[in-house]
Amino acid sequence: MTVTVDDHVTGQGDPAPAGEPRSVHRARWWRLLLRDPAATVAALVLLGVFLASTLGRVLIGDMDTEQNLRAVNTPPLHFENGWQFVLGSDALGRSVLARLIVAGGTTLSVAIPAVLISLVVGGAWGMWAGYHRGWRENVSMRIADIILSFPSLLLAVVVLYIFSPRVANIVLILSIARIPVYLRTARAESAELRSRLFVDAARTFGTKSGAIIVRHVTPVVAPTLLTVATLDFCFVMLSESSLSFLGIGIQAPDVSWGLMVAQGRQYLQSAWWTAVFPGLAIVITTVSATVLAAWFRLATDPAQRWRLALPRGRRGTRSALQEVHQ
Amino acid sequence: MPTFVRRRIVSSAIPLVVVVLGVFCLARLTGDPAKLYLPLSATPEMRTEFLARNGFDRPVLSQLLDYLGNVFTFDFGESLRTGQSAAGMALRAFPATLQLAGTTMLLAIVGAIVIGSWAAYRPNSVADRIASLLSMTAGSMPDFWFAIMGVLIFAVTLGWLPTSGVVGGPEVWVLPVITLLIRPFGVLVQVVRGSMVTALSAPYVKVARSKGASEPRVVFGHALRNAAPPVLTVAGDLTVGLVNGAVVVETIFGWPGIGKLMIDSILQRDFAVLQAAVLVTAVTIFALNILIDLCHALLDARVRQVVPA
Repeated sequence: MTVTVDDHVTGQGDPAPAGEPRSVHRARWWRLLLRDPAATVAALVLLGVFLASTLGRVLIGDMDTEQNLRAVNTPPLHFENGWQFVLGSDALGRSVLARLIVAGGTTLSVAIPAVLISLVVGGAWGMWAGYHRGWRENVSMRIADIILSFPSLLLAVVVLYIFSPRVANIVLILSIARIPVYLRTARAESAELRSRLFVDAARTFGTKSGAIIVRHVTPVVAPTLLTVATLDFCFVMLSESSLSFLGIGIQAPDVSWGLMVAQGRQYLQSAWWTAVFPGLAIVITTVSATVLAAWFRLATDPAQRWRLALPRGRRGTRSALQEVHQ
Repeated sequence: MPTFVRRRIVSSAIPLVVVVLGVFCLARLTGDPAKLYLPLSATPEMRTEFLARNGFDRPVLSQLLDYLGNVFTFDFGESLRTGQSAAGMALRAFPATLQLAGTTMLLAIVGAIVIGSWAAYRPNSVADRIASLLSMTAGSMPDFWFAIMGVLIFAVTLGWLPTSGVVGGPEVWVLPVITLLIRPFGVLVQVVRGSMVTALSAPYVKVARSKGASEPRVVFGHALRNAAPPVLTVAGDLTVGLVNGAVVVETIFGWPGIGKLMIDSILQRDFAVLQAAVLVTAVTIFALNILIDLCHALLDARVRQVVPA
């Protein structure tokens, strides 16, 4: 019954005309990605980080905790004691590369769940609030204001004082701190969508509000929310790193990039590489996510997508770097 | 205007009340308050004695009234570490943070207006591209790492600047301020640029030019005033977020401010001081939010008029 209405919705937020085969649709996305070299590199870097901290974690075994006291503080690019010291070793003779891989896994295991939880909860809540308007919207917005008007690190500091700083608690506190961002975005979009014709049509057919939100509002709001989520991934990663660096996040013997910087800080004069490389890993990952978010924003916006389809020379190199951070 | 101010004060006060009550609830609902206030090595006798002395064995409601009374008289008890009053310690640490944050925000706003307007004056120019690229990188930089790199290069290797501390001339300010600056500066440049591009393409700019106003007057007199509100909003949010950075920067550079006080009291399990420091910060943010709203009202007459809901 809602088939025609549905196609209309797809046309709103989705580039593929109705009836176009899915594979063609997917190929188009690949082409758009490959058109933007900065975005392609960013995607490859993120893929590399992900593979290293999943597959790489399996491959290196327990090399990250293995101490080689003859290779203490090996500078980078010295191979006398084996290839694993390509990025040097720390004061206990552990391979910095292996520790980076393990730490990356920890960082991702905090950042990805935190982003997903706040995306799903905040997105659903925001669409619900924006669709219904009235008191539901007002109360939700006030709650978002309250959470946002308080610095996230302060919130984490108080909560992690009282509860133990385990991974689950860090994920929880970071996702609560970021829910308002999605809540606000989703509310604004869905409040605007509810007066559109296709939503009206669905309501005329007697569709329940929950079903309208799932079938008609979500597909249109999703691209925006995903862009916000990609940007927010940086924020969550930086927050986790800061917390771990301050000693109230991930606790030893676990290791995350932030904690590695904190540990390497004591050896700054004798072994600078133990603090420099984990920080570089954070910067490379966050910059990649930012670049990819910028590309994603262009690629999912029908009014802006033409920029990506232009030959490189005419649109310049800045396509992916625009309008980042609001 | 008075109605507007009153409304804004009420709505900004809600987060403050939530923080005050939240601290109370967290401290009571997690079970044993002695666990929070006393060090981990405390004996059972010390615990019972502590509970009775502080009235933690009384009904929750009367505890809440006691707590609220203490908050209003600004009495959070004594620090476990130093035996001084917790509120006094928080208030003594506060000016150091305020100086650091104030200097940083002033530099960030002035710098962002200059660089952002410059980039917006000729969109797509080389200056614009460099500004965009740099501000994006600045926005995704982990501040603690940036600070350590600064120490490594300028203090350890070159020996130009001190590694930490507040004693000395202007050189002790350089690294803390720059570290705290990068993030708000990066974000603000983007906002100023976006806002100024819109403002400079507006018809009134054309009018101002055709009546013969000088270019600086067009950019800073006409366009900037209209581009200011979004910049102000973001600057306000960033100032609230500056607390995050202050905690990190003060810890690294041994700056005796409120952020360092908070981290120290966490690591040494000194709940009374943590509570005082958190509430001082919350009150500052409350005052800041009202100040920003007033600035909005001064800049834009439309904000002043209270629209009936």
